[in-house]
Amino acid sequence: MMSTEKAESVIIRINGPVVMADAMGYANLGDQVKVGHEGLTGEIISLENDVATIQVYENTIGIKPGEPVVTLGIPLSVTLGPGILKSIYDGIQRPLHKLEEQSGRFIGRGLTVSGIDVEAKWEFTPVAKVGDKVAALSVLGTIPETSLIVHKVMVPPNISGELVWVADAGEYAVTDVVAKIKTDAGEKEITIMQHWPIRTPRPAPKRLPPKIPMVTGQRVIDFLFPAARGGACAIPGGFGTGKTVTQHQLAKWSDVDIIVYVGCGERGNEMTQVLDEFPSLIDPHTNKPIMERTTLIANTSNMPVTAREASIYTGLTLAEYYRDMGYHVAMMADSSSRWAEALREISGRLEEMPAEEGYPAYLASRIGEVYERAGRVQITETNGDVREGSVTIIGAVSPPGGDFSEPVVTHTKRFVRTFWGLDRDLASARHFPSINWLTSYSEYDVSEWWEGRSDLSWKDLREEAMGILKEDDRLQNIVKLIGPDALPDRQRIILETARMIKEAFLQQSAFSDVDSYCPVEKQLAMMDVILYFHEQANKSLASGQTLHHVIGLEVVEDIYRMKEAIGQTEIEKFTELKNEIEEALGS
Amino acid sequence: MQTGGKIIKDLQSAGGPILVVNRVTDVAYGEVVEILCGDGTTRRGSVLDISDKRAVIQVFEGAHGLSLRNTSVKFLGKTMDFTVSKELLGRVLDGTGQPLDGAPMPFGGETRSIYGSAINPVMRAYPEDVIETGVSVLDCMNTLVRGQKLPVFSGNGLPHNELAAQIARQARIRGTDEEFAVVFAAMGVKHDDADFFRNEFERTGALERATMFLNLASDPAEERLVTPRFALTLAEHLAFDCDMHVLVILSDMTNYCEALREMTSARGEVPSRKGYPGYLYSDLSEIYERCGRTRDSKGTITQLPVLTMPNDDITHPIPDLTGYITEGQIVLDRELHQKGVYPPINPLPSLSRIMKDAIGEGKTLADHPNVANQLYASYSRVGNIRALAAIVGADELTDADQRHLKFGDAFEAHFIGQASSERRTIEDTLALAWKLLGLLPTQALHRVSPEELKVNYKSISEFEEE
Repeated sequence: MMSTEKAESVIIRINGPVVMADAMGYANLGDQVKVGHEGLTGEIISLENDVATIQVYENTIGIKPGEPVVTLGIPLSVTLGPGILKSIYDGIQRPLHKLEEQSGRFIGRGLTVSGIDVEAKWEFTPVAKVGDKVAALSVLGTIPETSLIVHKVMVPPNISGELVWVADAGEYAVTDVVAKIKTDAGEKEITIMQHWPIRTPRPAPKRLPPKIPMVTGQRVIDFLFPAARGGACAIPGGFGTGKTVTQHQLAKWSDVDIIVYVGCGERGNEMTQVLDEFPSLIDPHTNKPIMERTTLIANTSNMPVTAREASIYTGLTLAEYYRDMGYHVAMMADSSSRWAEALREISGRLEEMPAEEGYPAYLASRIGEVYERAGRVQITETNGDVREGSVTIIGAVSPPGGDFSEPVVTHTKRFVRTFWGLDRDLASARHFPSINWLTSYSEYDVSEWWEGRSDLSWKDLREEAMGILKEDDRLQNIVKLIGPDALPDRQRIILETARMIKEAFLQQSAFSDVDSYCPVEKQLAMMDVILYFHEQANKSLASGQTLHHVIGLEVVEDIYRMKEAIGQTEIEKFTELKNEIEEALGS
Repeated sequence: MQTGGKIIKDLQSAGGPILVVNRVTDVAYGEVVEILCGDGTTRRGSVLDISDKRAVIQVFEGAHGLSLRNTSVKFLGKTMDFTVSKELLGRVLDGTGQPLDGAPMPFGGETRSIYGSAINPVMRAYPEDVIETGVSVLDCMNTLVRGQKLPVFSGNGLPHNELAAQIARQARIRGTDEEFAVVFAAMGVKHDDADFFRNEFERTGALERATMFLNLASDPAEERLVTPRFALTLAEHLAFDCDMHVLVILSDMTNYCEALREMTSARGEVPSRKGYPGYLYSDLSEIYERCGRTRDSKGTITQLPVLTMPNDDITHPIPDLTGYITEGQIVLDRELHQKGVYPPINPLPSLSRIMKDAIGEGKTLADHPNVANQLYASYSRVGNIRALAAIVGADELTDADQRHLKFGDAFEAHFIGQASSERRTIEDTLALAWKLLGLLPTQALHRVSPEELKVNYKSISEFEEE
């Protein structure tokens, strides 16, 4: 790895985080380099003749021209192996607790720390047998990484051949060789620890269409604006909109195995809140801390801008690694706007021609590349076994001045298929989750998955509910002018049903024992009840009953209370409720 | 650092605040220089861009009056640093940490780079101790928390200086008499403003626990770029090494940003929004993020940056980017000021992002969060009703709306408004809030609980001061 080291490469220019070095002709574009006597971490971002332009991930004050530059001969990479979960990293995968051991409360310069502990011993159990034909991503053995996650030691993506030796079950360090593979290019030794360049997507053997929803147990998401496994979602990060609680709910309840949270350019104090709170969240399915299946990446706004730019890729690579093991991963990036600003800043330092609002012309393609790393994949073992994994990206956007027409938001909307528009007015009206049903959308077609869940048609129910909400919005404009009394009863019942959808269905308390998580079967049954009421109420009005009578019925109260009163599995009670509606409204 | 004191005479160009020196060797990025002018005077500067052939130097006093032939540059072999100690409390310094009060610099202390380092996120502790500023509209609706950075967004001619001085004078941790050490950094302020602060601090005896860094409007603009960094280097020492609670006032950040723009355009850098450099966000965050609490020391840094919004425009890049780094903002309002309300803080656009975790039962008062919400909601409704009244006339309004108007006027005059010497406890403030809510019908009070209403609500028709 260090063989390409040449002593004569020296710094010839320093301008903030951008450094130029001479005699670098032998280096590769994208190589990771050590800059100066202190060995600051950097990356080659352009080469011209013999001169390399390097972006440095640490503060360059005090560095001089003439100091050495050493390339490591490999692109900026992350270290993969057991120990990633439960860790808290900076943007270039340095464990923050290890940095603290070395330099105290302030982050020092030139610190080199391995992303995973090279001394820790792990319990390795071989899965593959000598003589097996193995290929990229074949599982060689397993390691219990945390109480929730079994780590799989896999053949790296570029190796295939015959397994000639595999280690016995026992305790190994991550640097130990656990398998030897005979390939066309000779015998390769495989260690537990592997590396992968962060800017190169890990190859996806076979991509599956995003047709399976990532079930969150949140009605407004699952029922109205579903996220697909392997999909990309955007969520605006405005203050006071309940973003934090929404994120916590997603982390707690989503049916994913692993969570990668990237705090990218956030405020120090807010990052602290995340670092304090995530370890205290309990996984409701297993009653174990969520950290057992989480990794956090924290790069606050005052940490080097270049590391902020890298942090998203670091997170993606870690997510893809667990995807390859066959896990479903959710990567949350907060906020992608700060990441885009880092791109702008570095671009300015490189004196590139700016495009829209000073952002580089390649902003859109970079955003596209990032969201394209989401996906659901299928991996087939050489013996025919199949496993499935996914990376779902949930990116927060925080547009300056709340302006949704600025470049980062507009380009993001081109590449994501789900948009959850958090709404400040809803939040201040105590409507949580404050996802606005008119500005949000989801283009993922997950109806096939829903068909198998129940006799009820999700697609039909959803369409009807959305129709009522849209009609309600139109009528509300009229109501504002002339008051509700001026509307005929058949329109007023739309207002009443819409209110019922909003309050009895869309509102969901994160702090309720019964309702914090709502299974999809219950979601379907609840909406079915509401729309059944709407249908019966319309019939009743047509046969001469008054609106006042209809909405004053006792059963209406029962509908409003059903989310709390009916347990997660008591689906049959919804049929009883429908019977009550029929009795109360029947002719 | 054996190269200190190397003198180079080969100047290539001079323009604005920038000097380009040829044939330099062994000079570091960020190194401090002394410029020896032909007339025997010296100026100071630092290296902004360094290559193996030339160094670009930012001259603090500007390059005006320098000749390329007679000027030489002395590279001091160190980057900009500052020797900090507790003895600096009570002192008045210039924008680069040199004494202005005639006394010598204290002996000893620790020498630190003024650029600091980022606090490791895992070493931060979340701010949770409420600061009682004695200003009702802040304490109740935009509570300041120890370790927070809360900027004052002001405009020209608004009393932000009085407010900053009042907060510096009155701020206490709730339930204690513990006072803050104040580090005050003035960047490009007018002479009389600097005098105002100096006199205020002297008059109230606050100067002995304060350090002032003064870069006046007439001082070199380039010096402004380092003034907040000198101030924060001292603040970090006081807070994290001496376990003190430090309040840092930075005034006026707009002047700082203007100086940065001046410098970057002189260098021919690619400009971003409104000519400010693309890295303004990161540059500001390096200043604003030097605050907070850490797990391994008792001290804290609370920042109160003051900035004047050009043309009162809150979407201008300076307030906009500031708001994305700080935990909220205090917005001063010209209309309130014209009505004679002091302090003219408009609670509607103002915000304290981390107050929600610091107030309430066991921290301030149990009804504090709901009362704050209620005041916000009611005052927000007042704005709508005033707009309506302007069209249809006040007589056409419903009784509830009329009562809101009355509430709005009393709220501005007595709750937002208070004397600059008045210090109200949070208990006083909440009692006053309940009294004002008495002007409204109970049907309009949804944000407070029925139990709270029962205990505290008393309907009144006119507000009378006690």
